[in-house]
Amino acid sequence: MTRMTMIEAIRDAHVVAMERDDTVIAMGEDVGYFGGVFRCTAGLQKRFGVERCFDTPISELGIVGTAVGMAAYGLKPIAEIQFADYMYPGYDQIVSEAARLRYRSAGEFTCPLVIRMPTGGGIFGAQTHSQSPEALFTHVAGLKTVVPSNPRDAKGLLLAAIADPDPVIFLEPKRLYNGPFDGHFDRPSVPWSKHPASEVETGYFEVPLGQAAVLREGTAATLITYGTMVHVALAAVAESGADVEVIDLRTLLPLDLDTISASVCKTGRCIVLHEATLTSGYGAEIVALVQRDCFYALETPVLRVAGWDTPYPHAQEIDYFPGPDRVRQAIATVMES
Amino acid sequence: MPEDRAPHLHIPAPAIRPGDVPDFSHVKIPRAGEVRRPAPDTQPEDMRDLAFSIIRVLNRKGEAEGPWAGTLDDTSLLKGLRDMMTLRTYDARLMTAQRQGKCSFYMQHLGEEAISCAFQRALRPGDMNFPTYRQAGLLIAGGYPLVKMMNQVYSNDGDPVRGRQLPVFYSSKEHGFFSISGNLATQYVQAVGWAMAAAIKGDRKLSAAWIGDGSTAESDFHGALVFASTYKPPVILNIVNNQWAISTFQGIARGGAGTFAARAHGFGLPALRVDGNDYLAVHAASQWAVERARSDLGPTMIEFVTYRAGGHSTSDDPSAYRPKEEGAAWPLGDPILRLKSHLIHRGLWSDERHRQAEAEIQAEVIAAQKEAEAIGTLHSGQRPSPRDMFEDVFAVMPPHLVQQRHEVGY
Repeated sequence: MTRMTMIEAIRDAHVVAMERDDTVIAMGEDVGYFGGVFRCTAGLQKRFGVERCFDTPISELGIVGTAVGMAAYGLKPIAEIQFADYMYPGYDQIVSEAARLRYRSAGEFTCPLVIRMPTGGGIFGAQTHSQSPEALFTHVAGLKTVVPSNPRDAKGLLLAAIADPDPVIFLEPKRLYNGPFDGHFDRPSVPWSKHPASEVETGYFEVPLGQAAVLREGTAATLITYGTMVHVALAAVAESGADVEVIDLRTLLPLDLDTISASVCKTGRCIVLHEATLTSGYGAEIVALVQRDCFYALETPVLRVAGWDTPYPHAQEIDYFPGPDRVRQAIATVMES
Repeated sequence: MPEDRAPHLHIPAPAIRPGDVPDFSHVKIPRAGEVRRPAPDTQPEDMRDLAFSIIRVLNRKGEAEGPWAGTLDDTSLLKGLRDMMTLRTYDARLMTAQRQGKCSFYMQHLGEEAISCAFQRALRPGDMNFPTYRQAGLLIAGGYPLVKMMNQVYSNDGDPVRGRQLPVFYSSKEHGFFSISGNLATQYVQAVGWAMAAAIKGDRKLSAAWIGDGSTAESDFHGALVFASTYKPPVILNIVNNQWAISTFQGIARGGAGTFAARAHGFGLPALRVDGNDYLAVHAASQWAVERARSDLGPTMIEFVTYRAGGHSTSDDPSAYRPKEEGAAWPLGDPILRLKSHLIHRGLWSDERHRQAEAEIQAEVIAAQKEAEAIGTLHSGQRPSPRDMFEDVFAVMPPHLVQQRHEVGY
């Protein structure tokens, strides 16, 4: 076991994957010599050579499009999009090409590709460095979508994503790169070193895709979330004093519905929390499934706490971010009913 | 000092519309054999003229002329004629089948047969085409079974892609034919990535990207050129300029550029412009580009100049936007008649043998069609199971898809 930040864990997953499989390559803007603007690929070019870790032109469609061709050839590209907000020029290549290649060729051509992108806010990055576009991926048949919330999961999930035979969208909550964040903007930053999930196994291990984690067991209500909001949820639950079960989904598609249903059928109360905008957000999918599978166990309506339906603001980030106050309020609401 | 004026929007338009007399006098066509053949290792800046002319080998008399002649032996030329005739016959049968309601849609190659048929002759097994919907000659020239092609068009139970794609969107890894996407131009950049992978692995393979004149306007085309220019992988960047993008003439996508081939110059890539209705010229230019790729000299762009003699698809009516006689007036002629005339000139062929070959091919295509139709057509016979609809979304079917499949009853 080694203590790691999420950045170090992601970098270590690259190293381990590239050591054991010479078809794994890393590419993206500033990814090569410099090692990425968040340093997730630092040292890879020196260690594995320029042909296995290289800089690309600033063209997300070119990055994803060439990576699709490489994956179809038989390589395993890990392509970095510098910020999830920049992925839109490559979206056609993700949706119409990477996601559908296996299907439309009846398995003759496949696309084992990982597209990593920093996601979410909390860093005062305004509307072009803060978006959470996960629902734009979970809505697409043929894509898997993963969002880790800590260093250990980040490494294990990334290794599982690289081993997966299909395209995986790997969303990295950038506010968590250097430490957990509970949504209290007024408190000092906390490093990963004090968090138990910064203890990461050395070498190869996988956190299987499609398995949620119950981070706090409880009987009063179920709080379902992922990414940065996992830490907000845990803080809000602690502050509320209620015995709330907290589920970290880790993989949004395929979804671990069994864990969700078992929990909500037990507690009878449910809140879904995400940073992405509310309307047509991923939470709506969870709510629909929960009401289908747990309808007779529900004591209260299922609530959603999410980002407001506005572009991600700059000066008003704290007002936008669904922080612990809003989550506590939601807990109080479901407990009152 | 120029006069200070309000801007006006410049909208290019073809000079000739329905009711007008077709006129291609603006298409500057050099004599066969006139364009030089630079050594394949020539620097792009030393061969810019090649992007503004048209490489031609066959003259009006059917003779092969000049430095690009002589890349194919007699057997290959006879095979080439047969491939093009097969493609044309195949198209004609399936155009009719579409009118009979046996398939939802079809796209023919009329007038463009030489390009895909001759290009395929320059490749080796292991090379990969990233085709558009009008390069089925790559499959026919590569010996892919006609029955399998028809099964795909009919979306019947023999369809290799299990009824999931529109007709003519074939896929065959073994035959170097990448699965076709209906989102135009997306595969241009994938071909560059495929060639980058070959370069990373050090494999002696190349890829060929295909695009039409209209789709060069997509950003995928420009992104592909940036990546090709940066990494110089073994990719051939083909543009089929058939003058028409559905109803839109090529001037809308080309804008102020002299030619499509000249787009390559801004990226430091060499470009050839070729008579796409001249089987010998298409092969010679393709082979030149292949030689460059196989010598690690990087990408080459080729613009094949041709004319889409038929409609864009079975859903199109070209008489609404261009004169009906325009195809007959196209100055580069018919690729089949030109190769036929060359073979007759060489003493390798005759009208009699041509008629005989036509009958043989017709019988071969009809036999394949009967075999395919015995399995089924779009609305009759055996079709892929609804169960197939849920397969291959992922390598392993996740629980939500298993559940949905059960809901359908499978």
